[in-house]
Formats: sequence, structure tokens, C-alpha cells
Amino acid sequence: MKKLISLFKQKRNLLSVYFTAGFPELNSTVPILKALEEGGADFVEIGMPYSDPLADGPVIQNSSSRALTNGMSLKVLFEQLKDIKQQVSIPLILMGYLNPVLKFGFNAFIERCKETGISGLIIPDLPYETYIEKYEPVFARNKISNIFLITPQTPKQRILNLDQASTSFLYMVSSAAVTGTRQGLSKRQIKYFKRINSMKLSTPRMVGFGISNHETFKEVCQYAHGAIVGSAFIKHLENYGHDQEAIINFVKNLKTGEQTDI
Amino acid sequence: MSTSFHPDKKGFYGPFGGAYIPEMLIPNIESLKKKYLKILNSDTFRKSFKTLLEDYAGRPTPLYYATRLSEHYGCNIWLKREDLAHTGSHKINNTIGQILLAREMGKKRIIAETGAGQHGVATATVCALMGLKCVVYMGETDIERQAPNVARMKMLGAEVKTAISGSRTLKDATNEALRDWIANPLNTYYLIGSVVGPHPYPDLVARLQSVISGEIQWQLRNKTGKAEPDYVVACVGGGSNAAGSFYHYLSTPEVKLIGAEASGQGLTSGKTAASIALGETGVIHGSMTYLMQTDDGQITEPYSISAGLDYPGIGPLHAWLNQTGRARYLSVTDQEALDAALLITRKEGIIPALESAHALAALDQLELKSEQNVVVTISGRGDKDMKAYMEKLKLL
Repeated sequence: MKKLISLFKQKRNLLSVYFTAGFPELNSTVPILKALEEGGADFVEIGMPYSDPLADGPVIQNSSSRALTNGMSLKVLFEQLKDIKQQVSIPLILMGYLNPVLKFGFNAFIERCKETGISGLIIPDLPYETYIEKYEPVFARNKISNIFLITPQTPKQRILNLDQASTSFLYMVSSAAVTGTRQGLSKRQIKYFKRINSMKLSTPRMVGFGISNHETFKEVCQYAHGAIVGSAFIKHLENYGHDQEAIINFVKNLKTGEQTDI
Repeated sequence: MSTSFHPDKKGFYGPFGGAYIPEMLIPNIESLKKKYLKILNSDTFRKSFKTLLEDYAGRPTPLYYATRLSEHYGCNIWLKREDLAHTGSHKINNTIGQILLAREMGKKRIIAETGAGQHGVATATVCALMGLKCVVYMGETDIERQAPNVARMKMLGAEVKTAISGSRTLKDATNEALRDWIANPLNTYYLIGSVVGPHPYPDLVARLQSVISGEIQWQLRNKTGKAEPDYVVACVGGGSNAAGSFYHYLSTPEVKLIGAEASGQGLTSGKTAASIALGETGVIHGSMTYLMQTDDGQITEPYSISAGLDYPGIGPLHAWLNQTGRARYLSVTDQEALDAALLITRKEGIIPALESAHALAALDQLELKSEQNVVVTISGRGDKDMKAYMEKLKLL
């Protein structure tokens, strides 16, 4: 968690990249992580594949079912990540749904995250209320940050509550939608970003959902601490596999806008 | 303190239920939570609901004394004839109620999930009635299996959208409907078809379906002098007709409540939908309940000959009724259901839906005594299942 907090203190225009563990191949998790770091990703969200990912669009759904077919599971993932602290130094976040975590055992899962060096968790179907009631102490004890989402429809008071309960950053969902790529930013989205900015929250924000290229990344960075790219990267992996050079170029291009032939 | 069979403020029945949903759905669920009881208890709603149930859906449905079936089982069998309701099943009770609620909330677009297509048809029906736009999500596999219901929905003006994710059946249709709701939070109402999903849906649907047990009470009193039967038996997929059949008897322990779940080709066959017999606790579609899953917590694909029972979870109320022992859940195989369907057809001239045949088949597992009154809910009619009956009973 410390790593993540100091990252937000030190840098702006952060780029976080999401990918699904076990996709395109069961053992591509670690090579992808290394390439993302080398390309300049500031932190990474590793998706824990699930059979019923209800907040995800078709691209991530598809990567999840492929990863499951490849044999990915939480046990396999932790095994793959067991020495990751020695191999990758950027903060790592796990993102996935509640049921596999419950099945693994919630406390056991959090402890395993700590051992592995995971900084934070995004579990979309673990609501704020349940977190506060049941799980906050185990997150705190193991110094794992729970990351909340806010959306254009989240009421003001709830945003303030989520801000209060946050320990690293808030994940700002860019529009009412499931994950997936969209073209540019609308006036309505910019108004929403500005509205959230004017609330002077104590937690930094990352914008996610619909960010797919350098232009949108740059634009979003005017209103938030950085942005998260998911589906666009999954599409890249679909097209080019987990080729190191191609991933490095993908990330560089997102951050700087410079094209490199691949 | 006696056990409560109603959810607490946060939507929990004991450890089951709740609302495990992503932040994107919270505003919609919160707004529904705030309004549903107020609207359901308002005079306007009650009046419109009652009128539509009576004049449009054909309620009350008969409570029929099944003479020859009673002789066969050596007790008094009463059939609650939900198969005679408009659209052919109990599903219409819920969709009439929720469409009134949606209208009251100012929603213009209705979305729903459907497995066999019964809930989809019941939703498309009330949308046509109210002139509201209707989108029904249905798994690709189910669309192929249930062509007549797809045609009915289309004729009623609904758009049927194919769920091509996951296993392409009911659970995936439900995921798609939830995704649609995430993307259309303002004008859209999600009209869920069973006592599943995040709070307040399980409670909302149970209340709307409780018209079934409300009627059983006075009908049985009129016919026997006593409102309480010895048994109420209903089939359970998500569990809405069972919830409705049990509802008014939940706090009357002398009435034994029996749910019949589909064990498909058998509990140990790997091809089953018996969420209670096999399930473990977990979260599905926003609710903590029993579900069928792998060792890694992935939801597994259920199987039953009856498309209306092959849901990998079960409504949280039923999980709680099972845990507290208030209701007992029996497993019924495909073959047992087919045998029961043929029996009631030959004894009473009633072709039941395959779902309802599971409830009838459960009678074989009960020790029934001659003076006992047993109410069995016939949740729907068998027209939609003729293809399966033709194949399995070799009728061609």
C-alpha cells in the first residue's frame, strides 16, 4: 500500500494498465507484467478471471473465459506471482469479483496478497457498506488498500463517504457503462470530471472505462491523477500476443503518443 | 424471539441476501429500495394491482381438488392452478406488479432476463399493455431451445437480445441485463423474474407472488373449513412460485413447506441444478446464497430438462428457509418429473409445465396420510414443453 501512496504523492499523469491473468496464455502473466513496467506503466491491475464478470464489457469477458479455459485460478495466480517482488517494482493491484475470493477464504486471500506484495484490491461487487462492516480491519491489518469506484450517478454524500474510506485512490468510472473502449470524451464527461474536482476530495482519482489512446489519456489527465487502460490493452494482446517489444511500444505510445512500428 | 422470514433493512435473511453489486448499480438499487414498499403499500398501487390481476390475468386461479390424483396418493391433493393465469404461468403476477412500480417510478424502458422464456413473455405482455419499450435478454442456447416463446415476445413488440457471453443461458442473460442497467441507469427499469438478485428484488418479487398463498388460504378455508393445509409443495428454480406459495404460511409451522429442486440426471451425475442439495454459500447476481460452483469459485452451468429450473443459484429466502429447517427441499430427477407429468395428465387431464411436474414428483417422497391436505402449485402449463414431452414420452 505504501508504494501506491508514495507513487500518487510523487507523480502525476499516471498510467495504469489492466490485463486479465492467464490471457492470452496461462503463463503470460509475469512476462506481461515485466513488459508493462519496462514500457513505463506506473502501476498495473491484474484481473482475476471470473465466470460471471457483470461489470465488464465483451472484450474483458472474453479474456476472462479464455483465461479460465487456460486453467487460471487464484491458486495458480498466486503461484505465478510468488517471486514477483524480485522481478517487478511498480505497485500491483488485483481486480476481480467477490465469489472466487470468498471461496478462497477472504482472510486467507488478503494475507496471500500481502505475502505476494500486492498493494491494493478492486472488487466491484464488494460494496462499501459490507467493506466497512466486515472487512476494513483485515485490509488495514495487512496494509492492503481497498479501491472504491465512483460513477457519474454516485450521490455527493456517498462520494464523500467513499473518499473518507479510501486509502490510496478512487477509481472514477468515466461514464455509465461497462468496461470497453469508446471514442474521446464527451462534454458531459468533462462536466462530471470538473464537478468531482470541485469537491476537493482528499483522495486522488484515476479515470477508467473507455480510455484507449494517448489523446484521451492526455485529456483525462487534465482532470485526474491519471488514467486506467484495460480493454484497449486486452485487444492489443488479442492481436499481437504477449510479445515483449509490442507491449513496451503499446505502453510508450499511450504515454507519449509516439508511434513505433511493431 | 421467533425467526423472521422477512429480510432485515439491509436485505439479509439470516446470512443470505444483501446487495453485492458494483457501485454503478447502487443508485438504482438504492432508489428502488427507498420506494418499493411505499409504492406497494399505496392505495393506488393496490387498487390497480388487484384490478389487473382479476380482470387481466384471470385471478383468482382455481384451487382444484384433484380426485383421481388424491386416490392415487391416498390423501387430499389440491392443485393451485397458476397454469390457468394469463400467459400460462405464475410469472404474470410479478410482471404486473413490477410494471406498475416501474411506471410509478417514471421509467420508460423495461429490461428483463429470461431462461425458458416464460418471464420474458410475461414481461413483454405487460409492456405491450402499458405501451413501454421492452428489451429481453435471453441466452443463445435458450433462444434455440425455446423458439415459440421467442416468437411470442417478438409478436408482443419486445426486442429479444441474444446473450452470447459465458454459457449462453439464464445466468448469462441475467449478467447481460445487469450490464444493460449499468449502461442505462436513468430511464431503465430492470424487471427481474424471480426471488433472486440484489435486495430489494427477492423481497419485492416474493411480495408480489404472495397473492398465490393469499388465495390458497381463503380458498382452502372455503372448501375445507381450515385455511392451513398439511403441506404446500412447489418447484424451485430461483424460487418465485415457491416463495409465493409459502409466503402466508411462513410463520405457521404446522404447515410443512416443501420445495422441489431439479437434480437433472441425478445429484452425482454432474448434470444437475440442485443448488440446495449441492450448493455452497457464495455470491451470485448480487445475492449471498447457495450456488453451484467449482473449487475455484467459478459459477458452474446447471442442467435440468426444465429450462425454468436450471439456475445455478437460489433465492436467498429459500437458502434461509433451508438453513432454519422451516422448509424442506427435495431433489427430483428429469425422469421422475416426466413420470409425474404423465401421471397428472392421465389422472386429471392437466398437462403441466416441466417445472411444475417436479413439484408433483416430490409427492412420491412424502409420507402422506389419508386425512391430510396437500396443496401443490402447478406453476405453469405444459404447452411450451411439448417438444420435450414428444421426445421423451415418445409421442410421435
